[in-house]
Amino acid sequence: MAEVMLPEKLEISNDTSSLASPELLHVLAVDDSIVDRKFIERLLRVSSCKVTVVDSATRALQYLGLDGENNTVGFEDLKINLIMTDYSMPGMTGYELLKKIKESSAFREIPVVIMSSENILPRIDRCLEEGAEDFLLKPVKLADVKRLRDSLMKAEEKAFNNIIMHKRELEVNDVYSQLKRAKI
Amino acid sequence: MQRQVALIKQSLFDQGYLDEQFMELEELQDDANPNFVEEVAALYFKDSARLINNIDQALERGSFDFNRLDSYMHQFKGSSTSIGASKVKTECTMFREYCRAGNAEGCLRTFQQLKKEHATLRKKLEHYFQAS
Repeated sequence: MAEVMLPEKLEISNDTSSLASPELLHVLAVDDSIVDRKFIERLLRVSSCKVTVVDSATRALQYLGLDGENNTVGFEDLKINLIMTDYSMPGMTGYELLKKIKESSAFREIPVVIMSSENILPRIDRCLEEGAEDFLLKPVKLADVKRLRDSLMKAEEKAFNNIIMHKRELEVNDVYSQLKRAKI
Repeated sequence: MQRQVALIKQSLFDQGYLDEQFMELEELQDDANPNFVEEVAALYFKDSARLINNIDQALERGSFDFNRLDSYMHQFKGSSTSIGASKVKTECTMFREYCRAGNAEGCLRTFQQLKKEHATLRKKLEHYFQAS
């Protein structure tokens, strides 16, 4: 019996631990204001998220391993579900951070939310065009964070289910092909 | 004692020192984090003292770098907004408008007022946290 070659090799891992567990989203928050860092951290913890807070875009890139330096944390181990960043920061702005993340093959799929105290439409447009998931006006509300969390959890669940379904589909196709050949 | 605390808080709102954002902060407190608002306030006053100092020095130098002043005030306004410091926030907004207009006199006047509001708020919140 001939070996059946699938048109493309797909590796579906049985190991689902690489997906974030539905209960605990890990959020990276970036803000140069110490008051706002404390505030956003609390909002996220109250919303049952795991939080990492940094005080600059540069530090965010370091954390993600995108700063070009050799880091001990390999980003296979680093699971970030969401990045929330202030827009106006000294040095690198949140907008520039957004661009760097979207340029990165490892992290471009991570939703990035921009926060700003200023309701400037061209700024909002620019961020959304660059691929920001959302733009929140400060002060950020708990309702905003919960809404983000809920939509992210739905997306994670959907992605998880798609992978399971796809795996099953492949298995079914495989069995079907074998049966067909057996009949011939 | 509880009633006194409630009265102090009510008067802070009624007199416009604090706005709804302060209430949002209180909503985030729980038994595991009973001092969250006080902690935020402590951070705010430490940070704003630094900003006031920077602005004081910049103004004392006499040369009005409006961009720099505006940048400090943007930070000040931001953190004041986050804690619900309504009157301070208003002064920050006015200061920034004077910066944009290049009005040094207006900046100086507004800054004096801002420092007053800031000091008043600090005292009132200290009183409030002591009572709670």
